[in-house]
Amino acid sequence: MTNERGWIKITPIENIPPREGRPVRVGDVEIAIFNLNGRFHTIENTCPHKGGPLCDGMVTGTAVVCPLHGRHFDLVSGLPVRAQEPSCLTVFPTKVEDGIIFVDLDGGYKAFEDAA
Amino acid sequence: MRRLVVVGNGMAGVACVEHILKQKEKPEFEITIFGDETHVNYNRILLSLVLAGEKDADEIVLNDTEWYKTNNIRTRLGARINRIDRTAHTVVDEHGSITPYEKLILATGSSAFIPPIPGVDKENVHVFRTLDDTQALLAKARKGLKTAVIGGGLLGLEAARGLQVRGCEVTVIHLMDSLMERQLDATGGEYLKRRIENLGIRVMLPKQTAAICGNGHVDALRFANGEELEAGLVVIAAGIRPNASLARAAGLDVNRGIVVNDFMETSDPDIFAVGECTEHRGQTFGLVAPLYDQARVLAATITDNRGPVFTAAAPAAKLKIMGVDIFSAGSIDESEDGVEVLTYEDPSLGAYKKLLVKDNRLHGIILVGDVEDEYTYLDWLKSGTDLSSMRRTLLFPPPAGDRGLEIADMPDSETICGCNGVRKGEIIHAIHEHAITTMKGLKEHTRASTSCGTCAGLCEKLLRAVAPDFQEETKTTLCACVPFSYERLREIVRSQQLKSVEEVLAVYGNRKGCEVCKPALSYMLDMLWCGKHEEDRSARFINDRVHANIQKDGTFSVVPRMRGGVTSPAELRRIADVADKYKVPMVKVTGSQRLDLLGVNKADLPNVWRDLGMPSGQAYAKGVRMVKTCVGTEFCRFGVQDSTNTGIELERRLENLFTPHKFKMGVVGCPRNCAEATVKDLGFVGQDGSWQVVVGGAAGKSVRKADLLITVETTEQALEAGELFFQYYRENGNYLERSYDFVERLGIEKVRKDTVYAPEEDKRKLLERLHRSKEYAQDAWLERDHPATATQFVQIEPVERVRERVLV
Repeated sequence: MTNERGWIKITPIENIPPREGRPVRVGDVEIAIFNLNGRFHTIENTCPHKGGPLCDGMVTGTAVVCPLHGRHFDLVSGLPVRAQEPSCLTVFPTKVEDGIIFVDLDGGYKAFEDAA
Repeated sequence: MRRLVVVGNGMAGVACVEHILKQKEKPEFEITIFGDETHVNYNRILLSLVLAGEKDADEIVLNDTEWYKTNNIRTRLGARINRIDRTAHTVVDEHGSITPYEKLILATGSSAFIPPIPGVDKENVHVFRTLDDTQALLAKARKGLKTAVIGGGLLGLEAARGLQVRGCEVTVIHLMDSLMERQLDATGGEYLKRRIENLGIRVMLPKQTAAICGNGHVDALRFANGEELEAGLVVIAAGIRPNASLARAAGLDVNRGIVVNDFMETSDPDIFAVGECTEHRGQTFGLVAPLYDQARVLAATITDNRGPVFTAAAPAAKLKIMGVDIFSAGSIDESEDGVEVLTYEDPSLGAYKKLLVKDNRLHGIILVGDVEDEYTYLDWLKSGTDLSSMRRTLLFPPPAGDRGLEIADMPDSETICGCNGVRKGEIIHAIHEHAITTMKGLKEHTRASTSCGTCAGLCEKLLRAVAPDFQEETKTTLCACVPFSYERLREIVRSQQLKSVEEVLAVYGNRKGCEVCKPALSYMLDMLWCGKHEEDRSARFINDRVHANIQKDGTFSVVPRMRGGVTSPAELRRIADVADKYKVPMVKVTGSQRLDLLGVNKADLPNVWRDLGMPSGQAYAKGVRMVKTCVGTEFCRFGVQDSTNTGIELERRLENLFTPHKFKMGVVGCPRNCAEATVKDLGFVGQDGSWQVVVGGAAGKSVRKADLLITVETTEQALEAGELFFQYYRENGNYLERSYDFVERLGIEKVRKDTVYAPEEDKRKLLERLHRSKEYAQDAWLERDHPATATQFVQIEPVERVRERVLV
């Protein structure tokens, strides 16, 4: 398996049950990987509101609901579901090869920078 | 008195007899009814609901034996009439017994059409027409049985769904290019097909069955193209044929059915016919509404009030499969001259509407997935309303400004409830006579809307228009994802045998769900199936996935169960050791007489539980929390009841169960109420020689003194009363509705009536369901050794170490 760019071999897909998320610490970054019925998406694990662990949030459609105060974020784009939210999440490119999830930690991007 | 003989004990024949009885104060006929089925008159249209388990056989009875007796009707059930002797004015049954008549009504109905396919006589090939057919199918249906339904019309689809609900793996085989092609166009059929497939039923079309194969009993179908389909059970639902052979043999005019004129007279002046056996102006019938009209006309004709005439109204058909809304009425032939077509479709909602308009009047209707406006359309169709002024909003008619208007326009003779044949006039009469103000009352007094429920909207409009103090039944809709009331959802889940949240959302919801409906549905499934549902952790809040309460920093709090607030030195030592070992930042005495270990990491939870060696206190759950107690007779000078042991027993009986919202209890040994039982969801207050059982108390966001449910003498009686209320709240409370809101919503009188004062049988059933749930409930912390998923508590370690590479 070649490591182009920052693709990191994370874990076999069966470790992340359908419609749930799991936290992974890679170096000093904590990410959360979600299984949307077979499609995997990765976001930063920390809710921009009050730091809630997003990996523990409930999945609804393609969004996750923060377990602390119910902020919604789309797992694919990282965008807040309610438009008036000031922050969005960093999302990381994610792929599956031979049943193993890979995340490109260098490829993280944000849809917009936080409002001042 | 004149002798009237009715051949046929089905819906049309008996409806006619009912009208004859209503015509005169004094009976003018001596009536005998022959029925070849052994059952009293039942509602044939609801057989699919019996098959699906939504109704029991006795719930679809229309006239019980008492009715026949009271009206002096002689019945010969299980007796088939073989011959009519028109000269002698007699009928002869299969045993040769002769019955004379002066007037004869033929209401012989119809039979399932069996296409001439080789092998139809094999075992396990059934039709679906009578209660006996239904019971035979129920006896065969079992989980995983490969079942083929031949015929994709109304009846075939309903049979398919019924059998699927019973666990069969069902395939519908249809000869034509599209399902229900007599009621729907190709697009509508396609939408319907998608709905049916979403339910998990396979649809094969166009497919012609060439043979039913098997040695003695069926094991496969072979199609005209040579393909085969494995099937251990086959249901033929390929249409019906009027039963006209008796009339034909007697020399009456018969084409496809027994020919009747507008007065329901046959070619013999003393013989009449009604129902599916008839043919009127070249048309035969298969839906109930026109047959009730026939019954009324015939009743007038036969009682010397000849005058009303039968006109076959535009047929209207409705599919009775929950979650698959199909309505069709009028003519759907768009090739007719001058017909304009309006359509609307929303593929993701699965909604399709098509209106056929001719001369600015509605000519035909097809509704799939959205049948909200069916009555408005049907009304326009029947009344021939000029639609010129409404052309812009035809596909989405705005609700009428005067909601009574639609009702006022309807004639009294209009049938509101097709299933039970209840007309507008009868409903209005009942509303006045019994001072009905609620839908419940209306149902009790008229039977309208008690069968398939599709006329409920119309009944409510009628009630609103007629009853001055109409009381709306407040129904809370769960959420926009599954837009049904809680009651309706419970009914859906139960009758459609839905076992998982995903299934409910796929069939009755938006397929996504949200953080509101998912936990609510999880609760509902667990409660209804007494713990034997398919648990889906992804539909639970994190607290219920890891059995601890998430804190502001993402750590968890751990509260072990301490029944009745009683602990021991050994337990306290273990708790202290755990607090040291896992560096628990705070140990706190809770308001529930227990100890809380705050700030535990998720990954440590299984080990913490193991080291504690105590069961979960469920302090995180919408479920049974605790029973707070005082020391009662064990130590207290004033105690008159053993509150500690009673509290411990109460907690043991209910622990590990889930409730609509958290459920807190208290037991006190005297009215001084030291453990505050009167502000708990359920409390026992000890008195000298008795217990007061109180419910619906609160001392949280709301403060409310509990209502007295009952006063009982023994501890066992108190425990039973508590259990009854507990299970009643579980079954009827809406998710996130605390017991104090629940009691206020229902009223304590109703709660008493349905629990402690309920008939013994009902009480027994409530307790039985509680005990069954209890049997499947277990201490959630046992998942420390048997986690629900491999990574339930762990933080995933990347396969590839980061130090092996340089992070940019």
